[in-house]
Amino acid sequence: MTAWATRGVILGLLAFIVLGPLANLVLWAAAEQWYFPHKLPVSYGTKFWEQVFKPRGDALVSLMTSIWIALSTVATCLALAIPAGYALARLKLPWRTAILLAFLLPQAFPSVAVYINVARIFYDLKLNGTMIGVILVHTVHGLVFAVWITAAAFAAVDRDLELAARNLGGSALRTFFTVSLPLAAPGIMASAIFVFLESLDEFTGTFFVGVPDIITLPLLMFTASIAGNYQIAAITALVLLVPSVVFMLVIERFLKADVLSKIGA
Amino acid sequence: MQDRGRLGMALVAPALAAVLVLFVYPLGYSLVTAFEAKGGGFTLGNFAKAFEFYSVDIGFTLVIIGLSTLLIALASIAIGGYLVLGENPRAVALLRWLYRWPLFIPFVVAAQCMRSFLAKNGLMNNTFVALGLLEVDQTTGFLDWRGIVITFVWKQTPFVALLVAGAMASLDRSTIEAARNLGASRQRILFEILVPQVMPTLVVGLILSFVTMMSVLSVPLMISGESPTMMTVDMAFRINNYGDYGTANALGFISYLLTASCAWVYLRRAVRQ
Repeated sequence: MTAWATRGVILGLLAFIVLGPLANLVLWAAAEQWYFPHKLPVSYGTKFWEQVFKPRGDALVSLMTSIWIALSTVATCLALAIPAGYALARLKLPWRTAILLAFLLPQAFPSVAVYINVARIFYDLKLNGTMIGVILVHTVHGLVFAVWITAAAFAAVDRDLELAARNLGGSALRTFFTVSLPLAAPGIMASAIFVFLESLDEFTGTFFVGVPDIITLPLLMFTASIAGNYQIAAITALVLLVPSVVFMLVIERFLKADVLSKIGA
Repeated sequence: MQDRGRLGMALVAPALAAVLVLFVYPLGYSLVTAFEAKGGGFTLGNFAKAFEFYSVDIGFTLVIIGLSTLLIALASIAIGGYLVLGENPRAVALLRWLYRWPLFIPFVVAAQCMRSFLAKNGLMNNTFVALGLLEVDQTTGFLDWRGIVITFVWKQTPFVALLVAGAMASLDRSTIEAARNLGASRQRILFEILVPQVMPTLVVGLILSFVTMMSVLSVPLMISGESPTMMTVDMAFRINNYGDYGTANALGFISYLLTASCAWVYLRRAVRQ
């Protein structure tokens, strides 16, 4: 076989492996009827889309729940991470490396066993099945992105600009709000996007802590899939995919190389 | 200076407290519960029960994750290597565009994709039948432990490949050119020059994805909920069906140990260098 034929076969095979599962999902989302032995859907239609997006339907409620939880998680994370990130970037801290690593802990352990116990503790505190409970779980999970990226964003701010503001008589607080914070804003935005997506896609923590009242989009998709409603599951999955794809396209605008190189440093 | 240190600690404290209360405390709780008898007091009974019921799944968890990690490593090296050494610019550009797709796809969505794709009558088998590679009655579904491996490799390879390709691209080109001029084949350049130099990046990527795979519940639940499956499914089952925290936490403890031993191997390597 000639070189270009080999290349074509390998790339074709790779395209099949990478895009095949996604194609199958799109087909299910567009299918109205699809059963054995038909290799492609028997009929296409929007019946299931109408079912998913009908006003006050489960999916719309779940979508709103998911977005609310994700936005609240972002707000909580940033409220904790902006002061922490600034301190890590600019102030003298004992045990600085250890503190940075502490935020990595929730991602460094297999999380199922931990969530089981969070659920048990929350049960006594009556936080199980509440929005607050789920937001708290998502916050801890997202904190590593928030703190690390925010710290990198502050570290990338030109120190001379802050010193100039102080020399002109600005207070430390005023310098922070008028110089450091605006200059670090793109990086902080990037960390907010990470946290938002992480919360939107989170499954395990919500599975244990959110039951039975909080049904986010991933949980709705899971339930539909297990019940065999492949069209509903596929449509919900596509909705979950949209933010991820948009993110992939815009992230480079927010996360510049000068910030990237300082992450975790 | 002391004041600034104190201010720094005050600014970091709320975030640290969140991690302590919402992560470290439950983690400690799970470690203690793993060794606690129903009425209180120390016991190893939870572990006896965990091994009695789930030793097969513990083994399968190791096989699934070990095999996935190996395949991810090979695929990442192949992708990274071709991106750096490939001679056909169009093929390189196509590969660069193609391999990243699963990167930002959530695990639940990946699981749903695979649940339909790998089924007995899914798009994969349908394509094979349509191409004449298989007869209709020869098809088998892959929705068992193999499906979990396929989903993990599909989802995690882009992440590791991205790191590896980045590390390979930033290496000094002159050694590669020198080897090429001396007539070394591309395979030799890849395995004797590129791979040894990007080993630290590759290992970090693999460890991160190892922990991720140990943590994911949705993929094994959706691809293969029946035994043999992964420990994460068993933990959820013990809790949801029996409220049996002892056994679930014993399984959790075992999963911490597996992850820790993997991290330890890495740290020892890092220290030796």
